[in-house]
Amino acid sequence: MSLSSRHLLGLYGVPREDIQLILDTATTFREVLERPIKKVPTLQGKTIVNLFYENSTRTRISFELAQKRLSADTINFSTSSSSTKKGETFKDTVRNIEAMKVDMIVVRHQSAGVPQYLTKISKANIINAGDGLHEHPTQGLLDMYSIREKLGRLEGLKVCIVGDVSHSRVALSNIFGLKSMGAKVSVCGPATMIPTGIESLGIKVYHNINEAIEKHDVLNVLRIQLERNAGVKIPSLREYHQYFGITTERIEKYNKDILILHPGPINRGVELSSEVADGPYQVILDQVTNGVAIRMAVLYLLGTMHN
Amino acid sequence: MKIVLKQVNLLNPEQKLNLKCDLFIEDGVIRKIGDLKPEDLKSSKVYEFENKYCVPGFVDMHVHLREPGREDEETVVTGCNSAAAGGFTAVASMPNTNPDTDSAEIVRFIKEKAKDHLVDVFPIAAASLGRKGEALAPMYELYEAGAVGFSDDGVAIKSSLVLRHAMEYAKMFDAPIIEHCEDESLADGVMNESVTSTILGLPAIPNVAEDLIVIRDIMLAEFTGAKVHIAHISSKNAVELVRQAKKKGINVTAEVTPHHFTLTDETVKTFDTNYKMNPPLRTRADVDAMIVGLKDGTIDCIASDHAPHSIEEKEMEFIYAPNGIIGLETTLGIALSDLVHKKHLTIEQLVEKLSINPRKILNIPQVIIKEGEIANLTFFDPEQIWTVDITKFKSKSKNSPFDKRLLTGKSVAVINKKKMYFEDKFFDI
Repeated sequence: MSLSSRHLLGLYGVPREDIQLILDTATTFREVLERPIKKVPTLQGKTIVNLFYENSTRTRISFELAQKRLSADTINFSTSSSSTKKGETFKDTVRNIEAMKVDMIVVRHQSAGVPQYLTKISKANIINAGDGLHEHPTQGLLDMYSIREKLGRLEGLKVCIVGDVSHSRVALSNIFGLKSMGAKVSVCGPATMIPTGIESLGIKVYHNINEAIEKHDVLNVLRIQLERNAGVKIPSLREYHQYFGITTERIEKYNKDILILHPGPINRGVELSSEVADGPYQVILDQVTNGVAIRMAVLYLLGTMHN
Repeated sequence: MKIVLKQVNLLNPEQKLNLKCDLFIEDGVIRKIGDLKPEDLKSSKVYEFENKYCVPGFVDMHVHLREPGREDEETVVTGCNSAAAGGFTAVASMPNTNPDTDSAEIVRFIKEKAKDHLVDVFPIAAASLGRKGEALAPMYELYEAGAVGFSDDGVAIKSSLVLRHAMEYAKMFDAPIIEHCEDESLADGVMNESVTSTILGLPAIPNVAEDLIVIRDIMLAEFTGAKVHIAHISSKNAVELVRQAKKKGINVTAEVTPHHFTLTDETVKTFDTNYKMNPPLRTRADVDAMIVGLKDGTIDCIASDHAPHSIEEKEMEFIYAPNGIIGLETTLGIALSDLVHKKHLTIEQLVEKLSINPRKILNIPQVIIKEGEIANLTFFDPEQIWTVDITKFKSKSKNSPFDKRLLTGKSVAVINKKKMYFEDKFFDI
């Protein structure tokens, strides 16, 4: 079994069998992570560059750990400044790195489309670790893995993505991935945070959080990204929490069987109350552990393909 | 020098001229229209132009020549070369040069650079100082130096008060205010806002950003009685607003680019920065509305918004790449392929959109095809099939999304100012 593409650019248009294969492979690696020696020789001799043009702590650490546990050689290239400010073009940077003979590039960038662009200027396998507001496919995969781990399936589940959907690459990767796996996906948030035309993708839109809790099996609660200027779309964080925040009272009143996911980092008291963030309905730290297993699976499947 | 163009289709809707015959030009002046005897041809250079059309020289009223400031991307001369190759004998140059075209010196500088070229350059000057929308540019002086219109192109004139004053002032010499219609506060994006931008996660510009400024400008044109010209119209509602305004007799005209009547925002899925421009490529419904607007006369002309950019600037991450594409050498082919051959426009209507109407809007004298008149002519073959090849462009820049596109219809030659461009060469006639 192998994947149908030698890159992971997003979950848009990725066939169900590919997602299934990644999730199943991750199960094997998840088991490796429980061993006393958490390392396998699978990618020995492979060189991977983590090309991060945007600040990231957890995603980069997660990828790096995954690479180390597969015994790959890992190099980190991090810069928060864009290529335009730095003087060297992005293309020249990539060509320089590639000239050092790398096998795979994990890329995070402020601009949507950079992973696609990379496939045109580099021969390496490209993995998207987040491009602008476009996609964050490994996050989508680890969310699906976490749901499946907890509820045993994805097919037929009702999943609602809550919050600033229009500023979220996590939302898009979840939407594309979950739909391809046969889940029913909806979104809930203030009207200013729902992107144009999302209904035409077969997504139901809710503006009432109680209704969203009541009618779904899973809520994937997004972070209100103040760093992305989400503030202009809502009057205040206080008002957001009042009308869209997930609290224990709401869960206990409307749906005690709900499963809560959050991609982190959490704004406590905004999208989730502290009680919910630490409570019995969430799997937030499992998501983090599963993230390493998912990234190992993706790196393994792409890194061992015959190009 | 004497030249004869054999059996051309002379066409000028402005004079109701539609005639197939020989054309005899001596020292750049039309000497005879009508079939010539063999002895007349003896001392002349003869061009066998049977089935080629001969029309008043085309005018592209929206071109960025980049000089002064970005001579690495285009100069007045290379832009004019590109225009001649595309079948144009005149262009209007936009004022977002560096420094801005907001002083008489810059207008004269541009005119001086174009003085000896076949192609006439009619500068559009900035309406406000530094195109900042805060204070009027010296419009009278600019007009006297040769500016034929005023625009803050790149942006709309920011302040409605400055726009009002610019309109009132320009009305004194009947020059148009040419507006890039976009409400800046709604336009913080890099593509059209639609389900496609949602899927691509790119910050987007909604149609309404254009519509709002179009309606503001129309209302102010009505109020002041001045001429306003809507540059590169792209939104369906904006076309309808112009249509209604024209019915009311308001002095408004509009142009559309070839990319806005052929391409949709779905092309951005490739993340190819040659599909990044402002206004952005819109949806199929908008593209269809452009064609209806061209057919019913709501949209007066076709202009390329020729916007040269260097390779290194365009080969960039999508959100950082500059807006714009070049178009002088593809406009005619696209217009013939997608408008004339698809029966949306007649050839006469196309000549109006590319020659008659831009001259009317900019108050440039109409070209008359008549014995004794100066020859300012475009010759084109509507049936010639060719493939766009950016490496053959005369423009200094290559940023075109139409590379490798198969087109039907091409310019064959242009004549103006006692010069001819034919088979890739300029020469005196």
